[in-house]
Parts: sequence; C-alpha cells; structure tokens
Amino acid sequence: MANVLIVLEHADGHLRTASLPAVTFGKQAAEKSGGSLTLLLLGAHGKASAAADEASKLGAGEVLVAEHAGLEHFLAETYAPIVAQVAKEKGAGVVAATGTSFGKDLVPRIAAMLDAGMVADATAVLGPKTFRRAMMAGNVIATVEVSTNVVAATVRQTEFAPAQPGGAASPIGKVAVAAVDARGASFVSLSASKSERPELTEAKIVVSGGRGMREGKNFEQVAAVADLLGGAMGASRAACDAGMVPNDLQVGQTGKVVAPQLYVAIALSGAIQHLAGMKGSKVIAAINKDPEAPIFQVADYGLVGTWEQAIPQLIEEIKKLKAAQR
Amino acid sequence: MKILVTAKRVPDPEQKVKFKGNALDQSAVNWQLNQFDEYAVETALRLTEAGSGGARNAGDEVIVISIGPKDVQQQLRNTLAMGADKAVLVEGVDESLDSDIVARTLVKLVEKHKPDLVLMGKLAADSESNDVGQRLAGYLNWPQATFACTVEATDGGKALLVGREVDAGVETKKINLPAVLTVDLRVVLPNAVKGVKTGAAYQEGARYASLKGIMAAKKKPIEETTLAALGVDAAQKVKVTAVEAPPPRKAGIKVSSVQELVEKLHNEAKVI
Repeated sequence: MANVLIVLEHADGHLRTASLPAVTFGKQAAEKSGGSLTLLLLGAHGKASAAADEASKLGAGEVLVAEHAGLEHFLAETYAPIVAQVAKEKGAGVVAATGTSFGKDLVPRIAAMLDAGMVADATAVLGPKTFRRAMMAGNVIATVEVSTNVVAATVRQTEFAPAQPGGAASPIGKVAVAAVDARGASFVSLSASKSERPELTEAKIVVSGGRGMREGKNFEQVAAVADLLGGAMGASRAACDAGMVPNDLQVGQTGKVVAPQLYVAIALSGAIQHLAGMKGSKVIAAINKDPEAPIFQVADYGLVGTWEQAIPQLIEEIKKLKAAQR
Repeated sequence: MKILVTAKRVPDPEQKVKFKGNALDQSAVNWQLNQFDEYAVETALRLTEAGSGGARNAGDEVIVISIGPKDVQQQLRNTLAMGADKAVLVEGVDESLDSDIVARTLVKLVEKHKPDLVLMGKLAADSESNDVGQRLAGYLNWPQATFACTVEATDGGKALLVGREVDAGVETKKINLPAVLTVDLRVVLPNAVKGVKTGAAYQEGARYASLKGIMAAKKKPIEETTLAALGVDAAQKVKVTAVEAPPPRKAGIKVSSVQELVEKLHNEAKVI
C-alpha cells in the first residue's frame, strides 16, 4: 500500500483551479494503490493556510500546510526538499502536481530527491505504477511503467475532471519547517499579464488567432469574439514569436494545452505543434483563407475566408443569436 | 564562463509518425537536432562571445553533449560549426534510456568538466518529458531556472538574471552559478541573451553555420564515451511498454458562410 501526495497551488487565499485535476488524479492513484490521499500547500505564514479550508473540502484523507517566511515566492529550490520530506514521512508512493509551469519546474526536482521515476503530463492512471501519457506533439499515446518505489508525476490538466467540494472536511495539519535554503536562487519579480477573461486552460470556449492576424492590434478583433462568447483568447506560436500577443497566450505542444467545448481558430494555419495543444477540444471551428491549411484537417467546421471579412460577420451573427436567446 | 550544453536528436516533427505493432517505426525518420537544444547552443554562444559571431571570450568554453547512437556525430558537428568548442558523444539508444539515466550521465560529466552552467532545451520534441534539467539540478543541489526567455549575466558573471515564461506571464529569477538553465522558444530573439562583456543585439533565431564555421568544425574534437565508462547505472526507472496512435478526429465539414457556421455551432454542435 502506498499513499499519494499532491502539491496544490494557491494565490490570494484560494486554490488555483488548475490544481483541482491533480486532486482527481490523486484520488485515482490512491484507489489503484489502496493508499490514502494527502494534499500539501506551501507558502508564507498565513498564506497557505488561508487556502487550506478549500482544500479540506475535496475529499482527501488529510491536508497539510507548510509555512515559512522563506516560502513566500515559489522556488523549486526551497519547495522541493520540503515536499520530498513530507513524501517520506507519509510513505507516499506517488507524488504529483498539475503540469503547470509550477508543477513542471518543481516535480522533477522532487523526483531526483526521492530517486523516483517520473511520468510527465500523465493523461490516465492505469495501475499503481502504470500510466498513460502523450508524446511527439500528441501523435503518440504511450503506456509507461515505473519501476521505482516512488512515482513522481505531473498531471495533464485537461485529462482529469476538476475535483469538486463535498463530504466531510479533511483534517488540516501543519508541517514544521525549520529553515529553507534557496541554494543561491532568488525570486526577483513577476510581470503578470492582466486579463479579465477566463484562464486559457479553464475556459469553455477559446478563440485563437494565428500569424495571419499580421499585427498585435488586429488581435483586438479576436478578443472581441472571445469576449462576446465569454471565452479566453489564445494564439499560435508564430503570433507569440512575432510579439503580437504575450507568450502566455500560446496554445500548443510547447505552450498551453487546452480542451474546451469550442475552439475557434482564426487565421491560424495549424502547425503540428499547435494542433498538439488543442485537438482534444470537443468542437473545433476554423476560419482560414487557405483551403489547404492543416487546421481544416482537425476542424469540425471549416470556413474558407479572410479574417477581415469573417470576424465582423461573426460578431454580428453572434450578437443576433445572443439577442434571440434573451 | 564554461558551459555544458545538451543536444538531442529527434525525429523531424513535421514527419508523419509511423507505427510497427506496439512500437514506433523509425526506419524512415529524418533525424534533426531538437529545436530547443539548438536554441540552447545559441544561448551558450551568445553568453560567451564578444558580439554577434565574435571571438570567444578568453577562458570561456562551450561543450556540447549528446547521448545517442554514433550517427549523432552529424548533429554534434553542426553545433561545432555554429561555434561550440568541442563535443562529447555518450553512446546510447533511446529505448534503453530514460530521463533519469540522462540526468545521472550529466552529473558524471559535470563532475568531470566542472562547468559554471549546464544549458539545455526545456524539452525534447519527441519524448516531451521536460524534466531532465530540473532533475539534474536536484541531483547537484544547484539552483535552476527553467523556461528561460531572457538571460543576462550579472554580478560580474557570477550569476544570471533569467526571465522565465510561466503561466501567469514572465517571472524574473536570479540564480548564482554554477546552475542549470533550460531555455524556451523566445530566447533566440535579438535582445534575449546578454553576456557580461557584450550587449550586442543578434539576428532573430539560432545562427546558421558559416562556411568558415563548417571548415573549423572538422578540426574540433568529438570525444566518444559510454555510460559504462562514465560509471552510470543503466537501469531504467521508467519504461515505455506500448505506443499507439491517438483516436482520429472524425472528418469535419466545410461551411460556406459565417451565418452557416454560427447556425451549426448553435443548433448542431450546441456549443454557443
């Protein structure tokens, strides 16, 4: 029997919703191995515990909080040894977090400390040590087997339903943190992209623009469609590389992986590495002036045309629809 | 600054993936240098040279490491032609490696070469594990900066100020050397990397090898070694036991107007 330890992210006293699929993954892993699930939050004094109440409603066996002034900003150097220590104390056979930039930075460092084999971006739990994951820009689904006592994993957010609150509250415990050592690393600053739109990885509708949008200001029109639909805005690598939009909007193998109910791709050709990030979407609509664009091969609905013509019409038609629904 | 850069060969991502039963059929694959690793080489060169394409700063060195079959010589030779000083080829085949073996091999090479920095692509486009750099930093207990989009030498070359592409935007992290750095796509923009002695702006993208570079590369050493010679335990922690193609998406339709598109999305797909 091996227990499961999931590391959660939080901000402003709330759990990040990105962490909820990892809790579901943790429940599945605990079920396969017959162990219990522990959720761990780390942060400065009062910060992690503020979000612990939310975590305690997710049906885990226990919620642990590790707090220290030196943990205010996430650093893999300071967080990894604490997680590894807790994993040892709890007899964890699986240690995981969602594969956000936080999880991807942190979990492999923990794996080294626990001598653990690692499953990156797990998409399914098949057995206590058997998992599924995607490789090669989503063109290969691999079954992987881990032979070490401890399995470290990052969890693909789009493949596990977010854990829902309910049932009895889990007990909340504290982890004693005597000292932290950043090993010569320090957090300097965060230049956060501000947006009123839903988060790209959590939105039900995503509207993305590609290189064909030509310049940053034209993305205002992509944004207008996204806003009208209550969706998030995304972009292709080409558009991000060209500086039209910030990097954190990039959808693809090397950006964010999304799987919304509806993905609308505008003036976006659909390079393999982009398709890797969105072809799990339930419905895909594409507008592109090139009838041979690869995006049409994965689109449920394709419209050949220019964005200059299509977007104003799209906005008008959606407005009509919304008016009729009222 | 002495830099170890890792370079993996991967199948051309544009090529269609072929299967042979439970495994990949790679008999007709075009192998190429993993793009992120190419960017890592470019980053290392920019950190160690006086201006674009200029001479190496005195005492600085860029050593490129690959673990793979002998054929990887070709990709290594390309990095030498770009301007790296020498290369190390550790013989191994992908099927019998995993991220942990690679990380522990790098530990051995770090002990041998004593670099100030290990520079890597953030992931390999084939296995997509995105974990070797972090694991290596864990083993060495060195600071790490992953997903770098900007890199600037600071404190007289004793530390790096790194802009990291994180989910929320761009984080700036300072790491004292020695350290592990993994690079993201935007690190090859003209002003993304700044060394101690130069603030030179570069062309966009990784550089192409010049004719002079190609000639010079022929004389640069590629040291060959093995996991056994380095004393690395070759037992896999993670094994790929089966591979398959993802279920195909069902064929879509073309619509003739925006009106029809919106109508279908509303009435047929019921997503708006």
